[in-house]
Amino acid sequence: MTSLFEEVPATADADADVPVRRVTVTLNGERRAADVEPRLLLAHLLRQGFRLTGTHTGCDTTNCGACTVLVDGLPVKSCTMLAVQADGHDVTTVEGLAGPSGLHPLQEGFKDEHGLQCGFCTPGMMLAAKALLEENPDPTEDEVRFALSGNLCRCTGYQNIVKAVLWAAKRMNGSEQ
Amino acid sequence: MTVTEPTSRALDEIKIGGMGASRRRVEDNRFIRGKGHYVDDVVLPGMLHMEILRSPVAHARIVSIDASAAWEIPGVRLVLTGEMMATRNLAWMPTLSYDTQAVLATDKVRFQGQEVAAVIADDPYIAKDACEAIVVEYEQLPVIVNPTQSLAPDAPLIRDDKVGQVDNVCFTWQVGDQDATDRAFAEADVVSRIEMHYPRSHPSPLETCGSVADFDRATGKLTVYMTTQAPHIVRAAVALIAELPEHLIRIVSPDLGGGFGNKVPVYPGYVISILASILTERPVKWIEDRTGNLISTGFGRDVYLTGEMALRKDGRILGVRMHTDSDHGAFFGDAQPSKFKIGLLHSAFACYDIPTAHLTARGVYTNKAPGGVAYRCSFRVTEAMFFQERMVQAAADDLGMDQAEFRRLNFVRDDDFPHRTPFGFLTDSGQYAKCLQVGLDAIDYEGFLREKAEAAKNGRLLGIGISCMTEPLGAGNSREYDILGIKMFDSAELRVHMTGKAILRTGAKTQGQGHETTWAQIVAHELGIPAEDILVEEGDTDTAPFGMGTYASRSTPVAGAAIAMAARKVKAKARQLAAHLLEVSEEDVEWELGRFYVRSAPDRGVSIQECAMAAYSNMPDGLEPGLEANAYYDPPNLTWPFGCYIATVEIDPATGVWDVLRFVAVDDCGVRINPMIVEGQIMGGLTEAYAMASMQFITFDADGNCIGSNFMDYLLPTAWETPGWELHEVVTPCPHHPIGAKGVGECATVGGPAAFVNAVMDALKGHGVRNVDMPLLPDRVHEALQTRGDVSGAPPIRTDR
Repeated sequence: MTSLFEEVPATADADADVPVRRVTVTLNGERRAADVEPRLLLAHLLRQGFRLTGTHTGCDTTNCGACTVLVDGLPVKSCTMLAVQADGHDVTTVEGLAGPSGLHPLQEGFKDEHGLQCGFCTPGMMLAAKALLEENPDPTEDEVRFALSGNLCRCTGYQNIVKAVLWAAKRMNGSEQ
Repeated sequence: MTVTEPTSRALDEIKIGGMGASRRRVEDNRFIRGKGHYVDDVVLPGMLHMEILRSPVAHARIVSIDASAAWEIPGVRLVLTGEMMATRNLAWMPTLSYDTQAVLATDKVRFQGQEVAAVIADDPYIAKDACEAIVVEYEQLPVIVNPTQSLAPDAPLIRDDKVGQVDNVCFTWQVGDQDATDRAFAEADVVSRIEMHYPRSHPSPLETCGSVADFDRATGKLTVYMTTQAPHIVRAAVALIAELPEHLIRIVSPDLGGGFGNKVPVYPGYVISILASILTERPVKWIEDRTGNLISTGFGRDVYLTGEMALRKDGRILGVRMHTDSDHGAFFGDAQPSKFKIGLLHSAFACYDIPTAHLTARGVYTNKAPGGVAYRCSFRVTEAMFFQERMVQAAADDLGMDQAEFRRLNFVRDDDFPHRTPFGFLTDSGQYAKCLQVGLDAIDYEGFLREKAEAAKNGRLLGIGISCMTEPLGAGNSREYDILGIKMFDSAELRVHMTGKAILRTGAKTQGQGHETTWAQIVAHELGIPAEDILVEEGDTDTAPFGMGTYASRSTPVAGAAIAMAARKVKAKARQLAAHLLEVSEEDVEWELGRFYVRSAPDRGVSIQECAMAAYSNMPDGLEPGLEANAYYDPPNLTWPFGCYIATVEIDPATGVWDVLRFVAVDDCGVRINPMIVEGQIMGGLTEAYAMASMQFITFDADGNCIGSNFMDYLLPTAWETPGWELHEVVTPCPHHPIGAKGVGECATVGGPAAFVNAVMDALKGHGVRNVDMPLLPDRVHEALQTRGDVSGAPPIRTDR
């Protein structure tokens, strides 16, 4: 185990002597805890600590959005948030996007509308889109484009990503009726 | 086994996911779940982490490197410097252009971001801490950031490491017929002249480069997981350069987060991680940060052009003269497979019927990052087609001719194939005038010209830009194309299992293009096996057949052809099995999609799956069991898709901001395997074209500091500013490709930029402006309007003339 983090049982007592901080999060609905260096980034805790590698890092400067996760439902670029700042919060990654069965409509939409190519930006895109649809279930194309403007894609030219989000919105609205 | 009769008739190709089906992508099933497996996702037991210390200055002599404080940091396992690399003869390595490149600097640093030292530690944070603890003393030298400075008589010598190198020129080269071209210019009624710069750009796939090297002392085996578009070339390079036994080298290219040419070269980081694993006997992971990616890995373009066109009054082009000065950075590391020093830049003007042309090219060293790559194109083709279409528009303007009519007049005609281009390439097919007409109709050309004239009365600046081009793809035939002497063929290996399911492996390597989906469609087309029954694997040199990888849009033209040929070999054997099962001679067996049948009794047939089972359970005497084949395909020629791109724009004269009103793309890439994926590729390519035209560039200040070293400075378009794309198609099958395909992944990036720039220049026509160099940032457009003059060179400093 490296010095950066050590996953511990969520019920374990913090050891005051260790120069690390205990972080407890509700990760995709499950309580998880780790002892981390205070400087550890949330993206690295998720990827290396909890082995959820669907969260990607692409730029280190909060520009590309590949590392976008939801913290208490709001999109956050996890390469610019310290793991300790997530303590006590609810974190959703792409691995938690689908329900217990099947896929989230956004996942279906991205596949059906060819909204991805290399797949590197896709988890962040879907989570940013999820936050949009929670706030605005019936967005216009311009609203989708604006909401995703913090997430870069180098492959698709965005047109099919926008279509994928609108596809999901339609599906989600339909199923609610 | 029993022969079923009567069996079903030919299968519906679209239903089985064959050619022409917009089949949803297989790879998406893992990507949408966050279950892709990229290099940074590789975790091996005992793995160490590597970070690279880079030079903060662009040109300096290294006086000393003191790494003692780095060694003191707990968790640091190894610190490597150039001096230590030199003891293993690895301080320098050969480039793909027969130059040398420093792995870790020994004598001098020659660009900002050059690799100076590497730290291997228990975790990446410790490795970064240790890099900061290394003290390097530099003695700074004068810095060169453009060809003008590089060629100045008193310029400092950048490559003083090279014996016999007396100046900063890395090559001079020419092609074409100089005498005939001079004569054409002497006879010309009008000579049109233009100078421009195609600025340095960077492919910036969203995933940076990286590797996990794992040397196993016990077995002697070296496994390297790495971000490479060409794993077999890497294996060959490691075998030939590091003299490790080729059978004990395994290169694995897992899922790649985009490539766009950036992941073709062999970078110092890969080499250092390999040596570090050998020295520590532990796996070593290196993941480049974004700044490292932008300031040290393969860039694209950075070419200055002087172009001249000899014209007859009636609009015919008599000849073309081009001179280029290309900026190669500190090491001549172009990643390109041709013997031509300026790549395929002389593929320019291939779609026009021009009697003669001459090109002179000069490459120079500067204190900038090395390693030009073919950023989403065949090498230098993006520059070629941009220069071509800007020269064409300037010539039409000089003649006072309509830009569409001028192109139509000079196009190679549909019945004039094969056609020899003015620089000597041979093109094979196309319907250029038809493509242009489809585009003009789609955009309502006449209607827009009226709208533009009307708007001008109110002081509004509207413009329309056209860009047409045929580009060479699919390097290439082995006569002219190789890498390190290895010919540019590609390969496929198809194994049909007894239940009729199959596995297909190729020497190509997908980076998001969707090979796992489309390759199966080719097999489905050839054999009638449903695409969903075919597993496609690539990227592991232990299992994939030897191939040259994916770049220059060569996957479909070369590996795609190999797949068809392998499938045809399988079909030939299946025919023997069918004859056996049907108890007739082979000559009496006919094929329709998915089944063989008796010619005289079409109801009597066997499916391809039944043949597969027979290959393992009921083969005729003397026939080898099993049903598999491989194919190595050496293409007879390049393929030549055509694209016509038309943009309409409006400039706000108060700010210089220009908006794209509409964009129409007409692509003729031959037969389309998966239309959905083709359109996805075109839209992605157009977005990169828009990026280069509008915002995306790497430049340097006078001290050689890279301006564009992170995504705050290096601007990439987001969903918000990216225009909407309107796509159209024309299909002219490639006559020499087994399935008639030509390749498509890069056309839009190659042909797109000139459409935007021509549109903005069209809007500025009558305002004293002939050229604004890319990127067309609002301040540059505004400056051109204010000064009624051209704006040239690479902002923010003028690095030319």
